[in-house]
Amino acid sequence: MTTKVLAIDDSRTIRNLLRVSLENAGFEVHSACDGQEGVDIFPEVDPDVVITDINMPNLDGFGVIDTLRSGPNRTNVPILVLTTESSDKLKSRARASGATGWIVKPFDDASLVSVLRRLTGHVS
Amino acid sequence: MSGNAIRDTFFEECEELLEALVEGLAQMEEAPDDLQVVNAVFRAVHSIKGGAGAFALDRLVTFAHTFETVMDKVRDRDLSVDDRLMALFHRSGDMLSDLVAAARDETPLDPAAEGELIEALESYLGPASEEEEFSFDAVSLDLGGDTPASLPEIPLAKIADSAPDGAATGPASEKTYRIRFTPTRALYENGHEPLLLFDALAELGTLCVLLDLSGLPSFDAFDPQDSCLDWTLLLTTAEPETALDEVFEFVEGLCTLEITTAPPPAPTEAELPTPDLPQPAARPAPPAAESAAAPPPPKPEARGPKPTLRVDLDRVDRLINTVGELIINQAMISQRIEELDLPTVAHLTNELEAYKLLARDIQEGVMAIRAQPVKPLFQRMSRIVREASDATGKKARLVTVGDSTEVDKTVIERLADPLTHMIRNAVDHGLEHPERRLERGKEAQGTIRLSASHRSGSVFIEIADDGAGLDRAAILRKAREKGLVAPEVELTNPEIDNLLFLPGFSTANQVSNLSGRGVGMDVVKNAVQALGGRISITSIPEKGTTFTIVLPLTLAVMDGFVISVAKETMVVPIASILETIRPNARDTHVIGTSSEVVKIRGSYVPIVDVAANLGLDAGDADRGGSILLLVSTETQGLTALRVTGIHDQRQVVIKSLESNYAAIPGVSAATILGDGKIALILDPDELIKLSRLSEPEGTETKLMPEPGHV
Repeated sequence: MTTKVLAIDDSRTIRNLLRVSLENAGFEVHSACDGQEGVDIFPEVDPDVVITDINMPNLDGFGVIDTLRSGPNRTNVPILVLTTESSDKLKSRARASGATGWIVKPFDDASLVSVLRRLTGHVS
Repeated sequence: MSGNAIRDTFFEECEELLEALVEGLAQMEEAPDDLQVVNAVFRAVHSIKGGAGAFALDRLVTFAHTFETVMDKVRDRDLSVDDRLMALFHRSGDMLSDLVAAARDETPLDPAAEGELIEALESYLGPASEEEEFSFDAVSLDLGGDTPASLPEIPLAKIADSAPDGAATGPASEKTYRIRFTPTRALYENGHEPLLLFDALAELGTLCVLLDLSGLPSFDAFDPQDSCLDWTLLLTTAEPETALDEVFEFVEGLCTLEITTAPPPAPTEAELPTPDLPQPAARPAPPAAESAAAPPPPKPEARGPKPTLRVDLDRVDRLINTVGELIINQAMISQRIEELDLPTVAHLTNELEAYKLLARDIQEGVMAIRAQPVKPLFQRMSRIVREASDATGKKARLVTVGDSTEVDKTVIERLADPLTHMIRNAVDHGLEHPERRLERGKEAQGTIRLSASHRSGSVFIEIADDGAGLDRAAILRKAREKGLVAPEVELTNPEIDNLLFLPGFSTANQVSNLSGRGVGMDVVKNAVQALGGRISITSIPEKGTTFTIVLPLTLAVMDGFVISVAKETMVVPIASILETIRPNARDTHVIGTSSEVVKIRGSYVPIVDVAANLGLDAGDADRGGSILLLVSTETQGLTALRVTGIHDQRQVVIKSLESNYAAIPGVSAATILGDGKIALILDPDELIKLSRLSEPEGTETKLMPEPGHV
């Protein structure tokens, strides 16, 4: 069974990069171009893992995590935060808000895939 | 999608982001406290940095990072924006644009180009960059304030796990760790799965997993959401302890974790469930599954940038060409049916009319593909204004109006140079120095107004400054010095203004290094005319100068009057025709030997005989009785064109005459009519100019190269 990824990032470049590297690794990739869209299509996509950027218009990455991790529809699906900051403050904030892990941009394919594998058990 | 294609889309996206950046900075000028605007600017820079990092464009990353960090301080209200900082942001935006361009085109850029700006930006950041706090290196500190754009180092040490050979201790470098792992409920809620962590550990070496079920309550007290299990893990590995930390990096704080170096595992321990990893019993059922009854998700609306499709320009042009043929074909069918002379054609005519409308819709739709807003072009001009004001010591701001006006792509591309030149001119020659402006009771900062609009099938672009207006005395003096105007000739103000468009005319007393680059307004004029457009100038002393460029909406099709001249069928652009007149013989008068005028509502308008000017034999029958097209041209004023008859008004597809035959004076292009015949498209302006030149001496021609306004 393929592992479904929902990739949320407002940068087309990053979405493209994610799509290419993840599809090469055998994931099924769905993209959203901001947090709101990501949250909206989440039920329909029903992904095995969510990758989200932090800085986005409409709804930022923390907003995405809050939405997915609260309310009656809360989900325990792993959420991987993509960020350019590597500060501990950001990490602890991500963790406190319910993120499962984080990866610092620029990412290389191998480490991205390995992190996803660790979060989802995906076998390429 | 190949790597190159991704790279291309990155640069494409950069263009959009830079556009958003320029726009955001312009908005910041108006509302420096609007957090949304600041956020938009921050995001633009941030996204460029993010993408650039993926392509290892280090210079771009470093600069964007510094820029972004300052922007972040503004966002956090740690820094308030004053004029100086705003100017720095603008310059940084320009630099970012340069760095993007250099990276895209792989052109060399002065290695120190951005150094000064980085320093200036860093001066807003205070002494120490925060990020250095967690550079936990034991090695020598790297100087240079730039953040290490560190790649995440997640060791995925896939040890070619040779079975621990016999000896329990293994090689000397191997160690056994005892890991006590007690997850909290939050660990599961954050989407973690202990099983996967154990898998990751197992990749490091040999793993022994011991499950402690003692925390599990009785069945009736069991809460599936609670975390009730804990584990003791024994890992024998050659990897350093940091490798273990990496595995638990994400769950730090979400579990109790004790890692101790233990003696090698004694396989004596009872019931080692080594291969059978514990069932993740405590894993709560995914609530997502329960939410089947949830309301259907709202349809995702289009958000963020509109989806676009990249298409080769060639393909679009081929389509445009085909649609052109379709329109010609439609005209031909109409004509053929008319020629059949059928008794009842009403219903057929209706269908034909519908066909015609459809063809026109298709054509407009296709043309719209080529149409692009002038916004990016206009935005580039704000940089020109900035650079020009820096170079001249003047203060200027650019106000743009009608950014969203759409114009054919080719027109936009070919307009860039003329517009740049005119904007530079406006700052350099148009605006006064700040002191002088203050003396005259004006604001120290001058305004250049760049506007675009659609009016009656044309695109109007205006470049207006609020400077001193043209120095007509100086222009006339210069023109006389250069022998462009005879000393005794008196010129009207519009005629003097139009001298600027003469080849080789430059008003600047001293050639400034800014606009005096050997390009005169004549080059601008030629460029505009090459696009089928016209340029005119108006100037009011102390109020400023305005240049108006009028361009056709499209370069491929136009609305025209089908006329006959002598026995030829021709087309006149409808945009230039004001009205059509069938004059009475008593209203036309011959002046001198051959000049003819017609009296229209009390004023006399010169008549230009089209046939005569094109060297066609009109025959005497045409005189007096034929039809006049009253045209207004940008440079030639009101004139009446004499033609033999008017047949139809229709859309014609423009076919270049130059590329198919040769240029003919007075004719701008050709088209194919419904009957398959070729008709010439007249250029009224040129035609009238021709007629003036061929007039006998002693008439009103004052300027040889070009007469001014009437």
